[in-house]
Amino acid sequence: MGAGGEGVCVCVCVGGEARYEQTCLLPVLLQNSEDIRCKCICPPYRDIEGQIYKQNVSLKDCNCLHVVEPMPVDGKDVEAYCLRCECKYEERSSGTIKVTIIIYLSILGLLLLYMVYLTLLEPMLKRRLFGHSQLIQSDDEVGVCVSLNIAPFANAHNVLSRSHSRPNVLNKVEHAQQRWRRQVQEQRKSVFDRHVVLS
Amino acid sequence: MFQFWTSLYRKYATERIPGFEGMENPGYCTGSFDGLHHPSDDDDDEMVDIAGATLDFSTTEDDPPLSTGGYEEYSSSRAAGMNGNGPTKLVDPLEDPVPGVGTYEDFNTIDWVREKSKDRDRHREITNKSRQSTVALLHSVSDAFSGWLLMLLVGLMSGALAGGIDIAAHWLTDMKGGVCLIGFWFNHEHCCWTSNETTFQERDRCPQWQSWAELITGTSEGAFAYIVNYLMYIFWALLFSFLAVTLVRAFAPYACGSGIPEIKTILSGFIIRGYLGKWTLIIKTITLVLAVSSGLSLGKEGPLVHVACCCANILCHLFTKYRKNEAKRREVLSAAAAVGVSVAFGAPIGGVLFSLEEVSYYFPLKTLWRSFFAALVAAFTLRSINPFGNSRLVLFYVEFHAPWHLVELAPFILLGIFGGLWGALFIRANIAWCRRRKSTRLGHYPVIEVLVVAALTAVLAFPNSYTRMSGAELISELFNDCSLLDSSQLCGYKQPTNTSDTGAGNSLADRPAGKGLYTALWQLALALVFKMLITVITFGMKVPSGLFIPSMAIGAIAGRLLGVGMEQLAYYNHDWFIFKGWCSPGADCITPGLYAMVGAAACLGGVTRMTVSLVVIMFELTGGLEYIVPLMAATMTSKWVADAFGREGIYEAHIRLNGYPFLEPKEEFEHSSLTVDVMRPRRSDPALAVLTQEGMTVGEVEALVESTHYSGFPVVVSKESQRLVGFALRRDLLISIDNARKRQEGIVSASQVVFTEHAPSQAPDAPPPLRLRGIMDLSPFTVTDHTPMDITVDIFRKLGLRQCLVTHNGRLLGIITKKDILKHMAQIANRDPDSILFN
Repeated sequence: MGAGGEGVCVCVCVGGEARYEQTCLLPVLLQNSEDIRCKCICPPYRDIEGQIYKQNVSLKDCNCLHVVEPMPVDGKDVEAYCLRCECKYEERSSGTIKVTIIIYLSILGLLLLYMVYLTLLEPMLKRRLFGHSQLIQSDDEVGVCVSLNIAPFANAHNVLSRSHSRPNVLNKVEHAQQRWRRQVQEQRKSVFDRHVVLS
Repeated sequence: MFQFWTSLYRKYATERIPGFEGMENPGYCTGSFDGLHHPSDDDDDEMVDIAGATLDFSTTEDDPPLSTGGYEEYSSSRAAGMNGNGPTKLVDPLEDPVPGVGTYEDFNTIDWVREKSKDRDRHREITNKSRQSTVALLHSVSDAFSGWLLMLLVGLMSGALAGGIDIAAHWLTDMKGGVCLIGFWFNHEHCCWTSNETTFQERDRCPQWQSWAELITGTSEGAFAYIVNYLMYIFWALLFSFLAVTLVRAFAPYACGSGIPEIKTILSGFIIRGYLGKWTLIIKTITLVLAVSSGLSLGKEGPLVHVACCCANILCHLFTKYRKNEAKRREVLSAAAAVGVSVAFGAPIGGVLFSLEEVSYYFPLKTLWRSFFAALVAAFTLRSINPFGNSRLVLFYVEFHAPWHLVELAPFILLGIFGGLWGALFIRANIAWCRRRKSTRLGHYPVIEVLVVAALTAVLAFPNSYTRMSGAELISELFNDCSLLDSSQLCGYKQPTNTSDTGAGNSLADRPAGKGLYTALWQLALALVFKMLITVITFGMKVPSGLFIPSMAIGAIAGRLLGVGMEQLAYYNHDWFIFKGWCSPGADCITPGLYAMVGAAACLGGVTRMTVSLVVIMFELTGGLEYIVPLMAATMTSKWVADAFGREGIYEAHIRLNGYPFLEPKEEFEHSSLTVDVMRPRRSDPALAVLTQEGMTVGEVEALVESTHYSGFPVVVSKESQRLVGFALRRDLLISIDNARKRQEGIVSASQVVFTEHAPSQAPDAPPPLRLRGIMDLSPFTVTDHTPMDITVDIFRKLGLRQCLVTHNGRLLGIITKKDILKHMAQIANRDPDSILFN
């Protein structure tokens, strides 16, 4: 059914960056022999209670005669009993489930770590790096619409980029991060503080 | 690096405009939304780069530009695009469009006409070129094909994401109850995949799945175990909702809510940068799972539409055709909305109709086919992921074929009335609550609000087994018809005394209700009240929250109650004349599951006012064509009843609450005002600010632009004659002048600005003129001042205009914008016209 293959694709996509080239190798690995079952539900019959049977059989064997073991009735009643049973063939991909959950949890974990870093550790590090005087100076520059917690950071960033000639890539990354943080700040203000959108 | 910063400062310093018109509410940060936007990073993700601008305006505001590091590379890379009308024989830098011209600012409305004509120009150019060389021909083929390719990618990506969300949400929901010992990643169902617990009583148990009480106390019975389970349930609910709301707050505030009102507005031509960006996608996907599993009364269907639109918007960046044209991109987003519903309900056709009926503004046939294709691909992808392990696309897929009788239409219509009343009531209550959140102190504590509601939900939901389970599971249980195979409480009928083998099928004849069923009924009644109340305060919280599942659950509960009531009525009164013909003793004549389905459709219809798409979604869910008539009857009644109390659905109500510039296509304009009453300037206002086609200097133009806050200026022949030439947008003017000052020799404040085709003769020592004909819209729409407003509104709606000029005896008199119309409509409806915030 190709279930496994598509599944990997999903999980990879959860992160927002699809890496399609890897998808086709994994379905073989992910298909597990325990991933198919035939589930028969047999309703109460005479004095026998309702029963559920699950067997690991292929689609062609998925019928009452193969799955219901031990047969609770004797020979002549088997047909009558089996007529009432409903057998369903089901398959899943445990590999897909596993990979999805693990990727989900790792993204969640990364996001949480990053959030903790941004809110708790970074201000502390900056304070230690640049000392107190820098912070006071930057307070003067806080404009009307820049909230307090990004101004010191932006300033520190400026100092950093001027004093050290860092590799260009790192600068770009940092700049992108700055941009992004300002955007989030802006979004947060319009959603949570001013309530102009999305309320 | 320093050079880079300087160039940024300069860019924004010159771009700063006092008193930006976009947002007129006080306290709005000046200059924060008017950023330049390079085409190279022109995406919705990048909101506005105010890098350094806000910090350094005070120092660099009036500095002339010094260095030009890194600026030219953007401008030279652009080929002739939008107004490539003039033959570019001379190396005149201004014949090339300047980067940024033709883009829009954040929170502004696009001009559909301009965008569409831009695309036609582009298309014409490609077609012309394709006759010249093979490469160009291949280019034109790939260009034509790119739309379908994009649809394929959108379908694959959204289908895959929806599958992931389904799997993760299912697992995390079960996590509240216990954990799987053979692999923590399995949910309850998959944990007991092969376990052979054979009796009906133990069908949900297996040794591999351990509830928290079993893990902690070692027993699953008794009061202590119950309390442990209760506490763990509350703990997980609080944890999940806390994580969801903090992640939304920290990374992507735009990820909260259902997203459909905003997408509707965006599709009608509004721009909210960042709303469909990468971070919104990631955070919405992750937190949607958390929010759904926290047990809050919300669903994943609406947010899935948002997720699909984010995918589409991100993928649009791969194709120039869609990256650069806002109108074309909206066609893709319309299709993405269809994809969202397609994967949410496993209903591809329902999704296409949903997009057409509910969210889209401009939906040509081509988009219909593309939506159809994308919805198909998405449904196929989801199906091959098989998230539920039963080859179904949704949890609450049902299949029954019990016939219904004409008499049953009466209870179905009754359900429709209930759905309509509930819908109207819900909209009123929810809007009142959201307005309270918007205007009072309640809105300042989004995290605490979510936590309190989650705690309340968990505490009240756990004791009742119908509220403890997730919304989708509840709906699934209510839709299910009782056969002999079922052992749920809802099927707790008294067994017939003769248990002999009467009939070989699994269907049952009608039976009297037993003790189990009565318990289930009052539990359901309590669940109904609880869900109704909690959904009102849940929808609109700052977590991703959809409305479909809670509304359907409410309707399904009501429907099931009515269905069981009807069934019992028929059982005890076989001889009543209404039951006589078709419901004889021993016949299985009334299907409570069908009532639940009809009730769900009715309630959803009452809340959202969908009709056709809803019926199609419902029958794709059930696979039974024979229930179309009951569903139609119920949804139609529900819409009529709900419309009697207020014409707008929940999404329109939220659009209005937020003051988005959305010109409702369904609403009729009945007032008999004339255009002259609505246009600007009003009688007491100063005269309209216009540019003349020649004779103004760069300095004068800049002064005019700076001293006003209008988004565009009409160009006239001369101030005296006021005869119209064209229309120039503020943003384009600023960008072009800014660009010319930097790149063109000799442009100073005294240079003339000319909009004519040929520059007028000048004194030989005068600085060279600045030619801006390229940025002027030569075909602005005009109406006369005595045009009735209903015609003007129609023009705006049908063409998607942003502004229209008003003439009197052929002379320019004023301008009318979409915002003016919306304000006027608000005034007529006795609402505060200042609630329309955006352009």
